[in-house]
Amino acid sequence: MNENTKFILEQVSGLHDIPQAGIYNIRENGKLLARNIDEEVNIISKKDKDGIDIVVKPNTKNKSIHIPVIVSMGGLNDLVYNDFYIGDNADILIVAGCGIHNTTDKQSSHNGIHSFHIGKNCKVKYVEKHFAFGNAKTSKILNPTTEIVVGEGSVFEMETLQLGGVSFADRKTYAKVKKDAKLLIRENILTSSKEEAITHFEVELEKEGSRVEVVSRAVAKDKSKQEFNSIVIGKAECFGHVECDGILADNAEIISTPKIIAKSPEANLVHEAAIGKISEEQQNKLMSLGLTKEEAEKVIIQGFLK
Amino acid sequence: MLEIKDVCYEVNDNGEKKVILDHISFSLEDDILAVITGQNGSGKSTLAKIIMGIIKPTSGKILYNGKDISKYDITKRAKLGFAFAFQQPVVFKGITVKQLLDLASGKENSVTEACHILSKVGLCARDYIEREVNNKLSGGELKRIELAMIIARDAKVNICDEPEAGIDLWSFDALVNLFKEKKGLDIIISHQNRIIDIADKIILLKAGKIEKIGAKEEVMPHIVNQRCERLKEGE
Ligand SMILES: Nc1ncnc2c1ncn2[C@@H]1O[C@H](COP(=O)(O)OP(=O)(O)OP(=O)(O)O)[C@@H](O)[C@H]1O
Ligand SMILES: [Mg+2]
Repeated sequence: MNENTKFILEQVSGLHDIPQAGIYNIRENGKLLARNIDEEVNIISKKDKDGIDIVVKPNTKNKSIHIPVIVSMGGLNDLVYNDFYIGDNADILIVAGCGIHNTTDKQSSHNGIHSFHIGKNCKVKYVEKHFAFGNAKTSKILNPTTEIVVGEGSVFEMETLQLGGVSFADRKTYAKVKKDAKLLIRENILTSSKEEAITHFEVELEKEGSRVEVVSRAVAKDKSKQEFNSIVIGKAECFGHVECDGILADNAEIISTPKIIAKSPEANLVHEAAIGKISEEQQNKLMSLGLTKEEAEKVIIQGFLK
Repeated sequence: MLEIKDVCYEVNDNGEKKVILDHISFSLEDDILAVITGQNGSGKSTLAKIIMGIIKPTSGKILYNGKDISKYDITKRAKLGFAFAFQQPVVFKGITVKQLLDLASGKENSVTEACHILSKVGLCARDYIEREVNNKLSGGELKRIELAMIIARDAKVNICDEPEAGIDLWSFDALVNLFKEKKGLDIIISHQNRIIDIADKIILLKAGKIEKIGAKEEVMPHIVNQRCERLKEGE
């Protein structure tokens, strides 16, 4: 593995190299680089299209699965389908993510379509990190689509991070939440220069006791643009909370469109959205502790995106 | 020595000129405890913010140890040794109590050190160190954390805007002791007799002007007068 590949791998998955142990599937430039499975977690390459099936046996506990994707060349437009089948009572962490390093003048992109089929009473945490670097003029595009069915009594926690370098991203997340199941989504996106990031959430709270909590934190600088769309549909006695906070600087733009649809009088749905420039009060407070204006801004944004 | 020289502050209130501070001058020696008091809206917080550099006065000068610091921004005043506790503590997102204490002391505090500071403001440290400084904390808790930052700063000039507000009576003695012990110049905005009691110098404001300045014996009758007038107005 060369240094750039190692760097990307570390950024998106926290791995320093191909691990000696653990469950992983590392994809580089459209091909499988390394894989490891065990008796509880199986990873199988799809036959009909590009992608993998990840099958987790019921009652699998305290396992982490790393499935990073590395794009380290120009002119590659990768499309991949990953399906996750999580057995009942499983308790696992999945770390996905994609890093693009493109020094050429040809656009690179990665389109990952992830489907989660979550059994009953599972606990799944899914972390997705996106990041890109290289030739500033070349497009580095990421379009992740995530489909989730959160089974009865299960908790699915999704954390999305995009902290710079991605020229264009269009994220789509569709979820159906079953009886007494819970979906927690946290999205942190920072854009600068002319980057553009679009998010689209559509969550159906299908049965009684279902719950969704979405927290989206956006920081847009320079001439970048972010769009946040969310639709939460409550079809039964359920709870939904969507919070979208944005910090805007320079000539950037943030559009936030949270929508809630209640189809049951027992549905309790709330959305909050606030966009504004960095708080002067917060800046003043930190400056009164001795920080410069720029240092204060950095601390505020770091906390905001934590 | 901190000198406030002929400070005025005016704002444009819907096209009309509104005078908030009207030719304020006084000086404060190092190592004293000064209290600024006066009715709601008399200009206390505005004056405190002008001293810290948070608000720029319309005219007038501020001198510290003979040096004109009127043009210094907040950061520069902080580095010179000024600390400030807000009347309404500022809340953040994703920033913990420990982080703020570290920034205030300019170094990474050990857990023991951070606990020590928090215990001085009556907070059980282990419950608070990793908590975010956001609106989930109660008003009194936020005020205490604000004070904890003053302790952590260990500054030469401490400006505290109504530090006792929202703090329960049980902790009041501890708060009074805190200021008694503190080195440096303390400028405390307060309405409380028990804080006025320990002041070396009292500045009584009325509608943006200094009504009276001096030791407790000289100023107290004016404070009592003001309070009586207010009572009569209420009748
Ligand atoms: N930017 C502004 N525009 C208009 N009026 C202002 C502005 N800033 C302050 N004021 C007014 O100036 C007066 C003094 O405000 P200040 O906050 O200094 O009062 P205070 O003495 O601290 O009162 P309190 O005891 O209630 O804290 C108030 O009447 C306030 O409404
Ligand atoms: Mg005030």
